[in-house]
Amino acid sequence: MATVTAASLRIAPPGVLRRPAARKLLLLAALAAVLVPLAHARWASGSWPSALTVDLTGPLTRAGDWIIDNRDSHPLFLYFLGHVSNAVVVSVRAVYLLLLAAGWAGVTAAATALAWCVAGIRLALGTAAALLACGALGMWVPTMQTLALMAVAVLVSVAVGTLLGLAAGLSDRLDRVLRPVLDTMQVLPAFAYLLPVVLVFGIGVPAAVLATVVYAAPPMARLTALGLRGADKEVLEAVDSLGATARQRLLTARLPLARKELLLGLNQTIMMALSMAVIASVIGAGGLGDRVYQALASVDVGAALAAGIPIVLLAVVLDRITAAAGDTTGRRPAPRAVYAVPAALAVTVAAAVAARLSGRLDWPASWTVAVATPVNDAVAWMTDHLYSGVPVVGGTADWAGHFTTWVLDPLRDGLQGLPWWAVLLLVAAVAWPIGTWRTALTAVLALAATGVLGVWEPSLDTLSQVLAAVAVTLVLGFAIGVAAARGDRFERLLRPVLDVFQTMPQFVYLIPVVALFGVGRAPAVAAAVVYALPAVVRITAQGLRQVDPAALEAARSLGATPAQQIRQVQLPLARPALLLAVNQGVVLVLAVVVIGGLVGGGALGYDAVFGLAQGDLATGLVAGAAIVCLGLTLDRVTQPTERRTTKGA
Amino acid sequence: MRARLTALTGTLLLLTGCGAADMTKQASPFADARGARTVTLSVQSWVGAQANVAVAQYLLESELGYRVDTVQVDEVPAWDALSQGRVDAILEDWGHPDQEKRYVHDKKTIARGGGLGVTGHIGWYVPAYFAKQHPDVTDWKNLDRYADEMRTPESGGKGQLLDGSPSYVTNDKALVKNLDLDYQVVFAGSEAAQITQITRFAKEKKPFLTYWYAPQWLFEKVPMTEVRLPAYEEGCDADPAKVACAYPHTPLQKYLNADFARNGGDAAAFLKKFRWTTEDQNEVSLMIADQKLTPREAAEKWADRHASTWKAWLP
Repeated sequence: MATVTAASLRIAPPGVLRRPAARKLLLLAALAAVLVPLAHARWASGSWPSALTVDLTGPLTRAGDWIIDNRDSHPLFLYFLGHVSNAVVVSVRAVYLLLLAAGWAGVTAAATALAWCVAGIRLALGTAAALLACGALGMWVPTMQTLALMAVAVLVSVAVGTLLGLAAGLSDRLDRVLRPVLDTMQVLPAFAYLLPVVLVFGIGVPAAVLATVVYAAPPMARLTALGLRGADKEVLEAVDSLGATARQRLLTARLPLARKELLLGLNQTIMMALSMAVIASVIGAGGLGDRVYQALASVDVGAALAAGIPIVLLAVVLDRITAAAGDTTGRRPAPRAVYAVPAALAVTVAAAVAARLSGRLDWPASWTVAVATPVNDAVAWMTDHLYSGVPVVGGTADWAGHFTTWVLDPLRDGLQGLPWWAVLLLVAAVAWPIGTWRTALTAVLALAATGVLGVWEPSLDTLSQVLAAVAVTLVLGFAIGVAAARGDRFERLLRPVLDVFQTMPQFVYLIPVVALFGVGRAPAVAAAVVYALPAVVRITAQGLRQVDPAALEAARSLGATPAQQIRQVQLPLARPALLLAVNQGVVLVLAVVVIGGLVGGGALGYDAVFGLAQGDLATGLVAGAAIVCLGLTLDRVTQPTERRTTKGA
Repeated sequence: MRARLTALTGTLLLLTGCGAADMTKQASPFADARGARTVTLSVQSWVGAQANVAVAQYLLESELGYRVDTVQVDEVPAWDALSQGRVDAILEDWGHPDQEKRYVHDKKTIARGGGLGVTGHIGWYVPAYFAKQHPDVTDWKNLDRYADEMRTPESGGKGQLLDGSPSYVTNDKALVKNLDLDYQVVFAGSEAAQITQITRFAKEKKPFLTYWYAPQWLFEKVPMTEVRLPAYEEGCDADPAKVACAYPHTPLQKYLNADFARNGGDAAAFLKKFRWTTEDQNEVSLMIADQKLTPREAAEKWADRHASTWKAWLP
């Protein structure tokens, strides 16, 4: 395919050659002309040549056995990992007992008071309502377990992230070393590394907390570094001229100036930790995630939703509070913040004591609302009426069938049918014109690594699903994003919907997705689209809104129609944001690949789930590594010129 | 940086008490929250396992005064968790000879807890409405004749054999190959997805072929007929690649953490005596999965009706 492009380029007029993209492609074609015949002569095979694979089954199985046999006796476990594990258990337990001792009244009072101090009366009322709703759904104790787990995970993530961020922000050399590490951590799908963590720590809270830290620390590190580097040069010079030591300079100038980034980092870390709380339920973390997961076992969407709503509420409340804290930067803290903490403490203690005296420490069982049955009825009604036989448009099952036959099958068979070197060339040809030779090389090597790991075919299967899901996500996301950017009322209506979709645990909508689309790759794609859509819509809308109003005004005064304004002014000017949306779409879709394995997506996602379920390190870890490699490839191929700063957006 | 790290490790050591940490004693931080005696039970993802745990939990709490924590884990990781003491018992095991050798015989960290009283069986099933119309479909030799009707977009031109969760024991890929059937195994990836798909098919009265197992509550909602595979003989499934016979009938077993089995007091004694029938389990499963009762409500209802059964389990 790439050679065809090259042939047409050679006869193209020389003017084209002045464009850097064309030069890069030409160079690539020249390289390919030399390398491909060599490779073809040496390893003539359509699929990945078996001579170039490394079988890791033996070593990985031995490593797994070694850990299991030595976990109870080896010093590494007795004197280091065991203590880490115990420290996590002790801290989570301490927070949990504190929350239980405060009782529902105390916790609600404390959270409300805190929200009031940081963000004002409206958020305070919202916080109180959210916590009471958690109780009303009968989820008080699981909510407290999740909160305890989250508190510890977020604290550790912030500590680790800040340390890494300080290192990267203060030293150029460390920055160069850390950047690819953080990049990789950000594209790692969480499922991929659950297995090794479980093997070392066993199932339960310690493994869950550590997996969460790996997932949630990178945004904190990245934003800390960004904040430190972005500090106003003039202010720093002024501080220097006052003769401040390096430490004083850091503490009195650089960190305070980076406050906004630090708080944004905290916000992102909390969001990611919360999304991990559910995934961690697969390894026995308990709490709300476990309730969602157990409800899945009995195919009970209503019960899963009852546990999913508190997660959404927690996420929205924590997001708004930390965002509000970030917004106050630059302004003087409000006077009420001075007596905020003592006041909050006093209210909490009073509420807790009152609840204890009245014997109402636990959430009263009679105050719960059963939502499960109506929700299940609604889901059943919906799937019954949409599944098939809808006049004119056909049912969802038909759509899923057509999508599988007309889009997914040709895409997968096409990719798997291409010679391996052609696929690599294709990746290089896409990645190089967009980025640098480094990003192109990383992309090619990462994809080649899946072949070396011996999972070339399933990787391309997964890749075809990701590409299809990204295409659907982008079409829908850009359309909704444009609409949201142009209509304020629409955006206000959309915001809570996006919040819910972004934070609702994917396990909750797995069953409806299967009920609508049947088992297979189509529901996997649907689940991925649901998960990735909010981020794409948000980034698109934001990018379009930030387009220079003057340019838009000029276009309007020239009599451009709204469609022309969008096409010829807004979209070109918002190009960086749109590229970022593409990149985010790709990374987020890939994060759901494993979830797709749970609804019949097969390929790498199924292998990763299989590895976790069977304790099979060889299958699971290789699949996880291949998912990471795919992630790197896709991330580099869609790498926009400006590096993104956050994963969840 | 290094100094800080050392200091951090030092503080950590001080906080947790110096010396060796025992990785085999790792309880959940949520256990014993209010000073009650706690038992932690592992729940596997199928509803039968939930039913065992629900009844055991209800009786342990209401009759013996324990607090019961449950953890959802897949089967193989559950064995690992059991050996580490993160959970105290598995109430329904479908046979894991490798794990049994490693933990029960070699490491002695897990002890047998006796039979559950329920016999499990895995097989291939077609819906009863289809078997009634085409009685010959229940013999594997005639399956190819119906491959066309079992086709889906996922099965690549062949008939679809629907398989379930990756955690379940299955020889289906080898079976299809060795019996030379015109079928493609499609993995639903989770039992939830598989059940959802089966009920969908049943609502539309469509034919399907699925991997399924008894005892299972879904039979009450979607009656299914087993397809006869070549008969099972001892050892015919020894080589996973060469299997060409049916699945065995497995008396399901209970396993306890070895320490817990010795020092678990009333709770351990109770769990060892816990033994009921397939009908009992199905009764509870159906209440949970179909009537959407909470496991606790279902267990309470069952316990009200069957006092004589569970009175015998009390120590």
